[in-house]
Amino acid sequence: MCLAIPARIVELEADNAVVDAMGNRFKAKTTLLDKAKLGDLVLVHAGFAISLVDEEEAKKTWQLIAEVNDYA
Amino acid sequence: MLERIYKAQKLFDTACETLGRQINVMEVCGTHTVSIFRNGIRTTLPAGLKLLSGPGCPVCVTDQGYIDIVLQLAGRDDCLIATYGDMIRVPGKGGCLERNQPASNVRIVLSSEDALQLAKDNPDKIVVFVAVGFETTAPATAVAVKEADESNIDNFCILSGHKLVVPAMAALLAEKNNNIDAFLCPGHVSVVIGSGAFAEIVERFSRPCVVAGFEPMQIIEGLAEICRQLVDGRAELKSIYTAVVTEQGNRTAQKIIADYFEPADGYWRGLGMIEKSTLKLKDKYSRFDALERFGIIETPGEDISGCRCGEVLCGLIEPTECGLFGESCTPREPVGPCMVSSEGVCAAWFKYGPEKKHK
Repeated sequence: MCLAIPARIVELEADNAVVDAMGNRFKAKTTLLDKAKLGDLVLVHAGFAISLVDEEEAKKTWQLIAEVNDYA
Repeated sequence: MLERIYKAQKLFDTACETLGRQINVMEVCGTHTVSIFRNGIRTTLPAGLKLLSGPGCPVCVTDQGYIDIVLQLAGRDDCLIATYGDMIRVPGKGGCLERNQPASNVRIVLSSEDALQLAKDNPDKIVVFVAVGFETTAPATAVAVKEADESNIDNFCILSGHKLVVPAMAALLAEKNNNIDAFLCPGHVSVVIGSGAFAEIVERFSRPCVVAGFEPMQIIEGLAEICRQLVDGRAELKSIYTAVVTEQGNRTAQKIIADYFEPADGYWRGLGMIEKSTLKLKDKYSRFDALERFGIIETPGEDISGCRCGEVLCGLIEPTECGLFGESCTPREPVGPCMVSSEGVCAAWFKYGPEKKHK
C-alpha cells in the first residue's frame, strides 16, 4: 500500500482526474496537488496525486513496479 | 552504471575499515525493503555493512490491539469494513478478516474515496474505513472525512491507525536500538512531510539521514552518501531524491492533516506506546471516529505467541532468528504481519533472503 505510481493525467474535472500508468487507466483525486493540470505526470498514492514527477523518474519507477509485480 | 556501483562499493569498504566495526543502516519504508531484496543490493555490500528493515511497513507496525478492534467491528451486522487489501490477512483474535468474518461485511478499497462511496451506496450500514498508513495516506483519509462532514454522510467513520514516521525513528533510537548508525529515509513519506522533517533525528541523535528513491541506483548512492558521512564523522541530512522530494514537502497535504487530525500517543507493534506518534481525529470531527462511535477504548494487544515481528521491526533480530520463520509462518500461512504484507521484511526474506528455509 506504500506503493506510489507515476501516472499521466488524461482527464481532469475539478479535482477528479483519470490517470494513465503503463497503459492502465484509473481514477485519482488531485485535491492534494493544487497545481496539477491536464497532461501532467503525477505520483499517485492510495488514489491521490501527491506530487509532480518528471518523465525520467516516472520511467524508472514504472520499471521497478513491473519488477515488484513479478515478485508479488 | 557499473562504474557508479564500483565507486559506491569502494566507499562501503572504506567506511567499514575506518569505523573498524559493523555498520548498521536502517531503511524505514516497505518499498525500499522490497527494492533492496528484489535487486540483490545486499549482495553488493561488504559483510560489515548491514541493512536493517525498520518500522516502515504500515501493516507491520499496526498494533495487535488495533487488528482485534477491526475484527470485532467486522463481526457486527450493522458494520461494513472498508480496508486496503494488505490488512485482510493479518491474524488477530479469532482469525483474520479474509477467513473468519462474513465476506459480506468486508470490502477491499483502493482509496479513502472508495470507502466513502461505499457509505453512500450502503445507507443502512455504518462503513468503517480501516485507515492505516503513514503521512502518505493520512491526507487522503482527511479528504474523505472532510467530504463526509460537508455532505453529512453520517454512516461513515474511520478507525485511525495513521502513524508518524519521525517520532518512531526517535523512539527506536532512544529506547530500543541505539546501534543504528544511519537512516535511509522513506521517499514517499518525504514527498508529503518534506526532507526537512528528518532534521530532528540528525540534530538530536547525530545520525546521518539520507532520503532516497526506490530504483536500485538511488538506494546504492544513498548508502554511499551515508558511508561518506560516517567516514568523515559527519551526521547530516541529505536528499538524493530531488526529482520528487522537496525540503518543505507537500504543504496542501500537511495542512489537511493538521486541519482534521492531531498527534496523539499511540501503540506500535514492537515499539510499544510512543508519545504523539499517531494521528487522532480532532474533537470537532469525533462523530467520524470509530472508537468514539462504538465506545471502544484502544488497548495494547497481546502479540501472537512465538511471533517476533516486534523485534524484527526494531532491527534487533533478523527474520531467520524467529523460530516460526519458514516453519509455521510463511507467506501462504502467515502468523505475523511482517510475513503478510508484500512489503513486510519477513516476506521479503522468505522470497529472497540468503538463509531462506522453504518447506
